[in-house]
Amino acid sequence: MTALAKLPGPVLRLRRGWRPGSAALLIGGILTACLVGIALTSLVWTPEDPARMRILQKLKGPLVSGLLGTDHLGRDVASMLMRGAFNSLTTAFAAVAVGAVLGTLAGVAAAAGSKFDAVLMRICDALFALPPILSAIMLGALLGPGALTAIVAIGVFMIPVFARVTRGAAMQIWAREYIMAARMAGKGTARITVEHVLPNIAGQIIVQVTIQLAMAILTEAGLSFLGLGLPPPAPTWGRMLAESQTYLLQAPHLALAPGLAIAVAVLGLNLLGDGLAARLDPRRRQAS
Amino acid sequence: MLRHLLRRAAGFAVTFLLISILVFCMMEIVPGDPASAMLGTSATPETLAALRAQMGLDAPAAIRYLRWLGGLMTGSMGLSYTYGVPVGGLILERLAVTLPLTGLAVLLAVGIALPLGVTAAARPGGVADGAATLYAQAGIAVPNFWIGLMLIMVVALGLGWLPAGGFPGWGEPAAALRALLLPALALAIPQSAVLTRVTRASVVEVMNEDFVRTARAKGASVSRALWRHAVPNALVPVITMLGLQISFLIGGAVLVENVFTLPGMGRLAWQALAQRDLIVIQNVVMVFATIVIAVNLGVDLLYTVVDPRLRRRA
Amino acid sequence: MLAIRNLSIAFPGPDGPVRVVDDVSVEVGRGESLGIVGESGSGKSMLSLATIGLLPKSARTSGEILLESKDIPGKDILVRNILAMGEHELCGLRGRRIGMIFQEPMTALNPAMTAGQQIAEGIRLHRRIGRAEARAEALRLLDRVRIPDPSRRIDSYPHEMSGGQRQRVGIAIALALKPDLLIADEPTTALDVTVQKEILDILDELVADLGLSLILISHDLGVIARSTDRTLVMCRGRAVEAGPTETVLRHPTAQYTRDLIAALPRRARAGLGDQPRLAAGGTR
Repeated sequence: MTALAKLPGPVLRLRRGWRPGSAALLIGGILTACLVGIALTSLVWTPEDPARMRILQKLKGPLVSGLLGTDHLGRDVASMLMRGAFNSLTTAFAAVAVGAVLGTLAGVAAAAGSKFDAVLMRICDALFALPPILSAIMLGALLGPGALTAIVAIGVFMIPVFARVTRGAAMQIWAREYIMAARMAGKGTARITVEHVLPNIAGQIIVQVTIQLAMAILTEAGLSFLGLGLPPPAPTWGRMLAESQTYLLQAPHLALAPGLAIAVAVLGLNLLGDGLAARLDPRRRQAS
Repeated sequence: MLRHLLRRAAGFAVTFLLISILVFCMMEIVPGDPASAMLGTSATPETLAALRAQMGLDAPAAIRYLRWLGGLMTGSMGLSYTYGVPVGGLILERLAVTLPLTGLAVLLAVGIALPLGVTAAARPGGVADGAATLYAQAGIAVPNFWIGLMLIMVVALGLGWLPAGGFPGWGEPAAALRALLLPALALAIPQSAVLTRVTRASVVEVMNEDFVRTARAKGASVSRALWRHAVPNALVPVITMLGLQISFLIGGAVLVENVFTLPGMGRLAWQALAQRDLIVIQNVVMVFATIVIAVNLGVDLLYTVVDPRLRRRA
Repeated sequence: MLAIRNLSIAFPGPDGPVRVVDDVSVEVGRGESLGIVGESGSGKSMLSLATIGLLPKSARTSGEILLESKDIPGKDILVRNILAMGEHELCGLRGRRIGMIFQEPMTALNPAMTAGQQIAEGIRLHRRIGRAEARAEALRLLDRVRIPDPSRRIDSYPHEMSGGQRQRVGIAIALALKPDLLIADEPTTALDVTVQKEILDILDELVADLGLSLILISHDLGVIARSTDRTLVMCRGRAVEAGPTETVLRHPTAQYTRDLIAALPRRARAGLGDQPRLAAGGTR
């Protein structure tokens, strides 16, 4: 019961046009578009071949050799960052796809009052207790390091995340009156889920996909930092950081550039997620 | 209350069993046999079979699973292939680094996030709020191991204030703490960013509650209404987030321990992978997962301390 | 005791400031009770929040809210404008000189503190006394507001009490320091009809015993008729009618007041006509 809640109409007008979250949406959208653009460009063009070593040019500073200098093998850092963006994004996207599809299925099934609700949620608890880095270490022993290890490790951890969000959102939809009406009309559980529940929770799932993409990029960087991501010679942001460790004082740009790349990518996706949430997520929309 | 406790404990046990089955099955399908790994390629089939029998590897999977489970309870988890020492002792030794590290990180994270989030919530839209929002967005975006690298670069190598890595052991407590400070800070910064955000949102919400107005009407100052009335009622989401973060904290510990070459559980797991020391991996993962679910159980019990409404429920 | 002069309160809106209280003047004498009646959104709650200095920060005010101060013994009575006071001075005033009871007993109490702690807090904020002493005082107050089994209830949390009991705790908090003025903002609206009467009885008794001035805000004419000497009728932020309660209710001059009375059920209306002070409770 705040004072403003009592005021007549005009206060509501603030919501039209420039709303809270618009700035986040704009900045996040631009950063994410740049990230995707750079990643895609790296497939057809990079300033240098990211794998080409030029020992004579090694450990050169930014602008001395190339835009961002060279690493200990004389490779062009800017080119490696660009290709790294592609590698990072594809791994993250695949992992989130695994988590989102399986998690949403589990969440929707649990919310539909299926007998497996308790079991599904217990399994989710169990999966959530395995940080991706630990799963990746186990998977690393099984499959060896590589994209598959990273994707499965991150994706499996995201199943419970998506399952919980979806289940909560879907249960709210199931409590609505029009679901009752649909039931009365003789529609089955599966049909109601597809026709009524999923379209209504799609917004929340999209928000979650965006935010989890950011998480996946962070985790992928960690995995490739430990040598559990894509194997060489494919450049990854994480491995660039791992290799920079030896030259922290000698060539600080080697540690700075990939770190900032990760930060900007994650920041962009997070802002985009926040902005989308302000528009799509009914709970957050009310709060703002 | 007791029933609630029992239900939680049962849930803990079920989750624990599920994880153990998952971990066991995964390690089971890993190619390669510990016995042949220990003896090398030159071993005769007879010695191999003898060692397999001695290690209990010839028993059916179900039996071996139960044996392992029993070993987990009693701490006798078998011998490490590479170190040749009991895995239980090895893990205990490493926990003495990892637990203080993560504990210190949680303390630092809460120590940063609570004042920052509450100050931001005191005046939504104010200068402190803007600074806190900026810190939260930036802190969530940077990887903890990169913060570690930056801290080494600036604080350890550049300024020379704290060690860049290594661990002297708890024989020298002061030096040990100094060694843990930077890695704990690297872990704490991203965590505190998330916590700041949650704290701010929660306190802002509670500050709009009627009882805060009641407190002000009694003559309580803004800061008293904030800290004595709003904050205690805003803690539940913060504690929930702390519990959820334990997974990330442990994942982060693996990374940060490797950045700072700390002899903790994370570094143990990573080295074990490099040496294909499967029994170490299996047990380290299990101990980590147990910590995660135990923390979540603890968080659940903590709710009842913070919120009297939950004490007599269920 | 209290004089509100030409008070206006406005909030910034997208099309310029929105006035929620518009040029209202009213006085409350020592020991007198004033009823403020009007439908929701009429600005009566904003008026009461302004009196205790708890308007939202975005509010813009003009006019004066003058409070007689008896702080300095021997000197002439000092008059201070609440709207011009600083935060520190207001904190010393709230609870000690002006007590307030809110509408929702469900949400007006801190769920994480016991009844006793919440009553004692106000006492200890203004008086230098120990914990044990404040607790003893809280116990006396709980007894005073007729809470059954006060020695047990003092350690109860709000969720363990009924709505009526919670509102009694609210009264105990507001009266803990024997203020000069009590503001009760719809104190019975959220309660069952039977509980309403008990709460009003307790309020009436305490107001009489302690010689308090009372501002009672309600949309319920029955409550107003029963417990107040004078009445102010508000509509859309403006004062439309003021005068002795009996006169206002029996011989309303403003059309809006007549509409309010006409909206009452017939029996309650009949009661108003005959014996205004006894018509309580039956109007909802």
